[in-house]
Parts: sequence; C-alpha cells; structure tokens
Amino acid sequence: MAKAFKTQIVTANDLFEGDVVYFTAGGFWSRNLSDAAVAHSKEDADAILARGEAQQSTIVGAYLADVAIGADGVPQPLHYREHRRTLGPSNRPDLGRQAEAVAPIAKVAA
Amino acid sequence: MYRYDEFDHDFVRARVATFRDQVARRVTGALTEEEFRPLRLQNGLYLQLHAYMLRIAVPYGTLSSRQMRQFALIADTWDKGYGHFTTRQNIQFNWPKLKDVPDILDALADVEMHAIQTSGNCIRNVTSDQFAGAASDEIEDPRPTCELVRQWSTNHPEFAFLPRKFKIAVTGSPNDRAAVKAHDIGLRMVRDDAGAPGYEVIVGGGLGRTPMIGKVVREFLPKDQLLRYLEAILRVYNLHGRRDNKYKARIKILVHETGLEELRAMIEAEFEAMDAPTFAPSAEEIARIEAYFAPPAFETVEGADAALEAAKAADPRFAAWVDTNVVDHREPGYAIATISLKAIGEAPGDATSEQMRVMADLAERYSFDELRVTHEQNIVLPHLRKDQLHEVYQALDAAGLGTANIGLISDMIACPGLDYCALATARSIPVAQDIARHFADPVVARDIGEMKIKISGCINACGHHHVGHIGILGLDKGGIENYQITLGGDATETAAIGERMGPGFPAEEVVPAIERIVETYKAERLNREETFLQTYRRIGAEPFKEALYPSEARHAA
Ligand code: SF4
Repeated sequence: MAKAFKTQIVTANDLFEGDVVYFTAGGFWSRNLSDAAVAHSKEDADAILARGEAQQSTIVGAYLADVAIGADGVPQPLHYREHRRTLGPSNRPDLGRQAEAVAPIAKVAA
Repeated sequence: MYRYDEFDHDFVRARVATFRDQVARRVTGALTEEEFRPLRLQNGLYLQLHAYMLRIAVPYGTLSSRQMRQFALIADTWDKGYGHFTTRQNIQFNWPKLKDVPDILDALADVEMHAIQTSGNCIRNVTSDQFAGAASDEIEDPRPTCELVRQWSTNHPEFAFLPRKFKIAVTGSPNDRAAVKAHDIGLRMVRDDAGAPGYEVIVGGGLGRTPMIGKVVREFLPKDQLLRYLEAILRVYNLHGRRDNKYKARIKILVHETGLEELRAMIEAEFEAMDAPTFAPSAEEIARIEAYFAPPAFETVEGADAALEAAKAADPRFAAWVDTNVVDHREPGYAIATISLKAIGEAPGDATSEQMRVMADLAERYSFDELRVTHEQNIVLPHLRKDQLHEVYQALDAAGLGTANIGLISDMIACPGLDYCALATARSIPVAQDIARHFADPVVARDIGEMKIKISGCINACGHHHVGHIGILGLDKGGIENYQITLGGDATETAAIGERMGPGFPAEEVVPAIERIVETYKAERLNREETFLQTYRRIGAEPFKEALYPSEARHAA
C-alpha cells in the first residue's frame, strides 16, 4: 500500500562489471534487490544515498529509486525503467539479471 | 580502403596505453568518476542500463573482412557473442567489463580501428553512402573526401571543445543515401557548369529535440577548397554557437537564430580571410588518399546476366531476395547486395559473431574484401559478380542472413531504447519486433511496397524517427511507455520532417495503429506504383489522422 512518504532504495552500477547494484543496510553494495536497504523517509533516503555515494571506488552513479514493498518483503521498483534494470534486455531473456536468476553468480560487490 | 601509416599506428597505440593507465587509476581511486567519465567517453565507453557499452568507429561505414572478423573475436572473447550496428554506421558492444576495455582497444588497433570521436562535443566519425565506389548513379567516390575530413578533424586542437557534438555526412550521388540534410554539415557532390566536381554544402540539419532539415549555404564549392570552407564553418560555430543551453547548442539553432543569409556572410568572410594554401592538402596527399580507394580489379564476366536470370528462375526465394536486396553496380556484370540485419523478430542491427564471420568470409571471397555498414543498420557487400550472387545468397540464407526485405516495412531502424540505453524513455526493440511479426508475410509486405519505419526510444532521435515515413517516438507518459507517431518524414534528397498525428499510443496499440495507417494508404493510393510517401504527400495528413483518431471519438473526447 502507498504510504504518506515514498519508500526508496539506492541503486547504482558496479564500477568494474557495469551491472546493477543496490546499497544494503550493512553498508555494502549487493547484486540482490532483496538486500537493498529501504528508506521510509526523505531523511533516511538522503542518508543512505550519501553512504552509498561515498563508495566511489566500487560504484558509478548512485541514485534513489521509488519502490513498493512486496508481500515477500522484497522491494519492487515502481518505475518501468528500474524494473527493466532488475531484468535485462526484453528481447534477450538469456542475458542480464533475468538470466542469472537461473544460474546465480557471485553476488556481492565488496 | 584506407590503411594506417606509421603516424596513425603510433597515435592509436599511444591512446590505448593512455587509457589503460586511466582505467588503472580509476580502479585504484586515483581518479574519481567525475574525472574519469570524460576520459572514458573520449574512448567510446559509455555506462548504460545493465552494463558498459563500447562504441567503435567504422569510418564512413567501410570495413575489411579482417576488421569484421575482429569484431567477431571481440564479441566472443570480451562480450556476449553479438554486436549492434548503429545508425551512425558504427558498432556497439553491450557488455564489456571495464578492465577488459583496454584489451579490446588493443585488439581494435591491431586491425587499424579505434573508438575515438564516437562521443563528446567533437567532430564525430564522418558518415557516407554505403554504396560508395559501387553505385551506378555516383559522380565520384565520396570516401576520399570522408578520409580527408577524418584526418583534418581527428584531434583538431581548435575543435576539441565545441559547443556540442558535430556530425558530417558525405554523399557522392544525387540520390542521397547518407541523409546529408539531417547532419550538422552535409556535403553533396555536384558538378559545375564546366563539369568539374565539387560540393554543395548543406548546414544546420539535425534531428533530436528540435529537428531541422539542413540548408544550402554554398551551392558549389570547388573540391580543393573543402577543408578551408569546413574550417570557416567550424570557426563561426565555435565562436557563436550557444554554450549556455545544451539544447540550443547545435549549429542548427545557430542557423535558425542567426538566419541563413547572415551566417553565410560570416562564413564567407572567415573563409576569405583565411590563407588558402594553409588549408589546401598537397597534391601528393590527395593522391595518396585517393589511391587507397582506387576501384578494385573488376573482371569482364561473360554471361553474368544470363547466369543470374537462370538462378532466379530456378530459385524463387533467391529471385525475391534479388528483387529487394540487390541493386545495380556501376560495373557491368556486378551488383551490390544489402544483407538485411532485420530478420523477422530480431533486434534491428544485431549480428552474432558467427554471422559476422560468415559476412567476412563472403566479402573476402566474393566482394574484394569489402563490407559496408549502412545507417539503416544493414551490411552491404558492394562488389559481387552477378553470376556468383546465388552462391552468396545461399551462404547468407544458411546463416539466417537471407531476409528479403530491404526497403520494405520490416526493414526498420530502431535504436537500442530502454532495453539497453540509460537515456531512454521507452523501449524500441519490442515495438520493432511486433511490427515485423505483424507484417511478416512477404506478400503483404511487397504489396505495401517501399516503407521506412524508424523508431527512437527518446527525444534524442538516434532512431531517426523524424525522417521515417512512419516515425515512432517512445516516451514516458506518467510512468507508462507511450508512443508518438509522425508521418511523412523523409531522409533522402527530398528530405522532410514527419508530422505528428496526435496523442501517443500505449505499446499494445502501436501495431493496430500502424495497421490503420497502412490500410488507409492502400485504400487511397492511385495504384500499386504510388508509394506510401507519395500518397501521403498527395493527400496530406487528414485521412491518416481520421484513421488513427476517428472523429466521433475525437468529438466525444
Ligand atoms: S534515441 Fe534515446 S533511447 Fe534511443 S539510443 Fe538514442 S539516446 Fe538512447
């Protein structure tokens, strides 16, 4: 359900691989959306973004993305652009995150 | 084709070494992303939605088989087994890792290629007619001109920080296959009254947010004054082009705001004040460049036409392919074939490494080792003997490259859109796939005839939607992909910007909308010979608007 404030996560691209990563509550970047730290207020969001952005030797271009929390507790991006980033190109289901879901790869960016 | 001299080799290798060092310093944190970003962009390295993307320059779209094979090697070694040919006649790899990019650039240098001038506010890779040196309607091969411009513009110290990117296109034929009126500068080869070749110079064309058709700034420029005149245009632009607003920084805005007459006077004044000999390449240098583009050793082929006719009679699929994908060559006994990278249901412009090798082998064996990339995202084998066309076709067909649809409705341009591109507002590829599947029946497609659909995933218009007979622009409308349709665009010598029909359509309504446009055309055309564009120009937008937005609905709204 929509709340009075937007729930948000912090996402970026991995510096080395270029793929999509999410900032976690533990203070590191993860390839798993379910690890993403969820901000429930603007102050929260800005603080998480600042912590994530500080890790410039790991990631590129951190920003906030709006999410809803699914029944399983996993944040789901609201905008189709962010949703696309969780998957990969729609014409190539064999590539990108959607392909890795079948064969997971090493998941944590230091 | 052009070969690097020692200076070129050293220059490209030095650039790779510098970039290798820059990557290393980014990884250690010695360079911040802010510092590194312009450096990687100068080497063609972008960061997209899911990965880095490397854009490699294919100067004026000309490739040797060795270079095409190197793309295949890069795709297999450092990427995911395919590449994407773009509307800038370049190739992009969608999945390189940062640490591998210097190695990729070294592999490119091995075959005299690089990724310089594929990004940033510089003079970009020069584009040209894909049929250069082969077309039957050609005044002169445009590629020596392109090469001259490339050498002049590469690392030109005065023009490294222009107000905005700058694109130049050259055509050697009156029939414009290089969309020269949609470029910052377009050069069209013409002859003066005495028959001497020169250029008509067109300035201020461009697509993007504010599409404009270029205007003729000089009707005839003698060949030997080209660089001086280009330098004059660039100086005027560099000085007066707007730097306060990136959306108003292209030369088309300067032309628009200053007015053609005044701008022409400024350019001519600059031109007159310049020392002519300084900007005239030496006769030896011109001869050196031209020698690289000397026509190959064409043979006199006895009975080539008869052999072709016999093969067509025996193989109807081949006959259909010849009909759409093969055009006349200036040399008797030869033909030009366009290999469609628009197989039904595939992403326009994508080729697998295996397909690249097949195309390279065929070029080596049958086409004097030459391939061309077209701005319509296909590949050309420019010099094929007519009696060998059938063999070539069979090899292409076996590799999934035998689609007979050049110029037909499924031969669409589509930019990568939101499936790859970080700037996109909507997807392009699935729209192209849906349209191609809907009109997949060759009988239907042939009945529709010449039709150019062009799709962009955002206002930047890499998919040239403004100059599509049908243009489709993907936008974000309140968090839903939405597609605006324009009609009547044209990228050729009769260039025109398409007219917007009305409100956009959600993704699932695009194919039905295209279907209604096609049905309207079929009902209105005078005969089968009248193309969609001709019909549109004759009857105007109204019948198509009526088909797209029936008036009862419009009034009810
Ligand atoms: S038109 Fe837009 S979406 Fe398409 S490739 Fe260009 S920048 Fe990306």
